[in-house]
Amino acid sequence: MTVKVLLFASYADTLGTNQLALDFSSGATVGDVLGRVRSMPGADALPPEPLVAVNERYARRDQVLSSGDEVAIIPPVAGG
Amino acid sequence: MRSAIVDLPIDTAALAAEVSRATNGATLLFIGTVRDVNDGRSVTGIEYSAYRSMAEREMADIVREAREKFATTDIVVEHRLGELAIGDASVAIAVAHPRRGAAYDASRYVIEQLKKRVPIWKLEHYVDGTREWVNANGQHVAEPAR
Repeated sequence: MTVKVLLFASYADTLGTNQLALDFSSGATVGDVLGRVRSMPGADALPPEPLVAVNERYARRDQVLSSGDEVAIIPPVAGG
Repeated sequence: MRSAIVDLPIDTAALAAEVSRATNGATLLFIGTVRDVNDGRSVTGIEYSAYRSMAEREMADIVREAREKFATTDIVVEHRLGELAIGDASVAIAVAHPRRGAAYDASRYVIEQLKKRVPIWKLEHYVDGTREWVNANGQHVAEPAR
């Protein structure tokens, strides 16, 4: 299954892109996505436990994903 | 009750007017503005960006929570994105309530939750031409690679 990964702000700069499409076998979790992204070139600058949202909702590491899910890796927010 | 992410200047007076009603004895307007110094460095402006669809959803959730906690539907919040100059309003929160105590509490709740949960980021521009992302504590986090 394919998962869409969104990157923002400093994380997008770190990885040189703001969007990835990654393939996983069924049963993959948020933690699996983070592990894959962190293994990419330059991504070791990402913190070990970044905030993550699945389909626009904050999510835990153990959340199981479905094909087409949108996983956003969220830098420390700084609105206001 | 309304929340929005906007790209144009926020009409703060219009927000206050939007929540003001005869039953409300207190109307509060909070305006967050871009200041000229952060973390000891001279700032010339800030570029705000967001995970827009999620930011809209989180802001709507926060306003809904404030309505339930403080018993007023008279809450409006707007957050602006894009290039802002010193003194520009980045966020405005208008709250009205029959009583001032609840109005202050609701306004405070909305801004504190917004700063914790809404996925918005700021890239500060400095007098020397450099730019850096700012984290939640107002500190610089990384040099953008561009």
